[in-house]
Amino acid sequence: MTTVTPINGAGTGPDEGDLYALSHLDALESEAVHIFREVAGEFERPVILFSGGKDSIVMLHLALKAFQPASVPFSLLHVDTGHNFPEVIEYRDRTVAEHGLRLHVASVQEFIDDGRLRERPDGTRNPLQTVPLLDAIEKGRFDAVFGGGRRDEEKARAKERVFSLRDEFGGWDPRRQRPELWQLYNGRHSAGEHVRVFPLSNWTELDVWQYIEREKIDLPQIYYAHEREVFQRAGMWLAPGEWGGPKDDETVELRQVRYRTVGDMSCTGAVESDAVTIEQVIDEIAASRLTERGATRADDKLSEAAMEDRKREGYF
Amino acid sequence: MTSNLSAEEQAVVTAVEQSAASSQLRFATAGSVDDGKSTLVGRLLHDSKSVLADQLEAVEHASRSRGQEAPDLALLTDGLRAEREQGITIDVAYRYFATPRRRFILADTPGHVQYTRNMVTGASTAELAVVLVDARNGVVEQTRRHAAVAALLRVPHVVLAVNKMDLVDYAEPVFAAIAEEFTTYAASLGVPEITAIPISALAGDNVVKASANMDWYGGPTVLEHLETVPVGTDPSQDPARFPVQYVIRPQSAEHPDYRGYAGQVASGVLRVGDEVTVLPSGRTSTVTGIDVLGQAAELAWAPQSVTVRLADDLDISRGDVLAPSAHAPAPTQDVHATVCHLHDRPLRVGDRVLLKHTTRTVKAIVKDIPSRLTLADLSHHPAPGELAANDIGRVVLRTSEPLALDAYVASRRTGSFLLIDPADGTTLTAGMAGHSFAEQAPETDGEATGDDEGWDF
Repeated sequence: MTTVTPINGAGTGPDEGDLYALSHLDALESEAVHIFREVAGEFERPVILFSGGKDSIVMLHLALKAFQPASVPFSLLHVDTGHNFPEVIEYRDRTVAEHGLRLHVASVQEFIDDGRLRERPDGTRNPLQTVPLLDAIEKGRFDAVFGGGRRDEEKARAKERVFSLRDEFGGWDPRRQRPELWQLYNGRHSAGEHVRVFPLSNWTELDVWQYIEREKIDLPQIYYAHEREVFQRAGMWLAPGEWGGPKDDETVELRQVRYRTVGDMSCTGAVESDAVTIEQVIDEIAASRLTERGATRADDKLSEAAMEDRKREGYF
Repeated sequence: MTSNLSAEEQAVVTAVEQSAASSQLRFATAGSVDDGKSTLVGRLLHDSKSVLADQLEAVEHASRSRGQEAPDLALLTDGLRAEREQGITIDVAYRYFATPRRRFILADTPGHVQYTRNMVTGASTAELAVVLVDARNGVVEQTRRHAAVAALLRVPHVVLAVNKMDLVDYAEPVFAAIAEEFTTYAASLGVPEITAIPISALAGDNVVKASANMDWYGGPTVLEHLETVPVGTDPSQDPARFPVQYVIRPQSAEHPDYRGYAGQVASGVLRVGDEVTVLPSGRTSTVTGIDVLGQAAELAWAPQSVTVRLADDLDISRGDVLAPSAHAPAPTQDVHATVCHLHDRPLRVGDRVLLKHTTRTVKAIVKDIPSRLTLADLSHHPAPGELAANDIGRVVLRTSEPLALDAYVASRRTGSFLLIDPADGTTLTAGMAGHSFAEQAPETDGEATGDDEGWDF
């Protein structure tokens, strides 16, 4: 047998002597690229949900690798809650320009302004994203919609397929999912239906960060520790902004924080952190005793089945 | 963030975080209702410190609200409200955990009779299956069914976890008798490797930590075995198969003539310089370049996603398969296969379906259903006329176009296919080309049947 030099960072890891071993990151990358190419081969109008959060950034990175030296055959869709971190919007626009991509924006604010949606009493706009999302999918006639959801995030997501059929109302019925075997993804759908596709299904939060480190992927700065004015609400550090915080009885203070997830400002909490480099962030996540949603997402604390309910209605 | 970790926890964290190049094991669990499977999975997650504080808090809260004092680890894997309300597991759920040695992807499959399809689904990508039995009940019909599914799906490693040893006084003879019965049965199906482990998921014996109650057992704990079992097969032993997913043609000023075939190596090793045949057309060419996601390489192996360039400008598109000319499968329109029917609508002789094999989808007609198999005793029922949901049987299909199929026993990836309803896209049936586990099995004392090929147990 000839000597083989593992390529692309493929380490032999603990299974030394296994000449053709793939590291878990290589295996996850290969699987995700396969999924992107399946969609490119079988769908007419795919779109990548792109929020400027780390999972969607990793998705875009994988898509760029999957089709090089050609350009990505998909456009991007951002569901804009109107309560964005400015750093994230800046990152989004810079990325779109850099890669010559086409960006669609579905605006929650527009839906509120014209009365199709009403602001919730708690000011949280995350659950309001579903209607503009479904509207954009229908108007754009998108038949495949890539989401950055991971099965390790939440228990309703743990039961999600890689190719997840949605009915004409965008709804997800966990009892009527198609069985998904081997690497054979069934993307057939009727007119008006679409398929949500989750290339990062098998990635964990730590995998995402280690991949960001390995690939040297640029992220919005708010993922790293920085000084920020924050105030506490329901055990979370929220950032003040036009979205409505803080209330009178909430005091703003300066803290060294970073974000583990990036979403709507009204319900995405910062964590106190000294991690200014990717290595420090990875150390911190490996040591964390809280899941990223538990640490930073108010909307998932609404009820035991909050995500299940949102998914059934057509959420990401 | 300041962490209050013990030295032991810190060591785990450091090792996990440093092992960016660790390997990955996909495995599946199966057990009958009340065999303690959820408790085992919960125990694995909990004792390997994969359960984080907020998850544990949620479980403690839920346990208390049900009047249980100790946290019920089974609740860790309880997913949907529909399941909680009905007290059942309705679907395959995927779990993720890591140790310093490995990353694990667990397909947690329910054990109800009507959900054979879920175990088939979970086993299809698994390299190891854990079959649970209750030490008090021993090998039951469901156990034989689970072993048969693992064998049928060609899961390379099977673990028999004899659970609830605490309820049989940790008695060795109880374990030995069950292990013997199971091992004999599974080996007769052609399962290549079987490891039996006595455990108590509830008490934690031999799940992550070695049991203090069973000093007669000298083997590995469940987790130790999961960490050390060899993963993957040596691709150099298999002929290369490269199903084309997508043709990359930038047609840009920088790359005016680039034409690359994107795909995932489905088996074997592909090298620059290899002479390849394009199937089903039969045209031949030579591999002139392999790009591994942007990096030029001399070779690629399963399951890498790569782009392949050829010397000749052939008409190649999605659905074609590249194979070494010396070891190319003969394309066929007549498919003999073992299938597991998945959908509530039965599969009948004469049905017109779509057949999805690797990246190719073609029309097909169900020409014959020669037999249906009863998994629990492997008995045969000739000419059943139809296969209902969860039935396993043999089918003969005629396809509209030739397919470059391998036998499933030779290649799980290029020997598998789906049958799809052309009307609404529903996934109907999971198929495995050629004869199944039977021909690997030695002749045993099982019931002989009228079917003279493949199923003589």
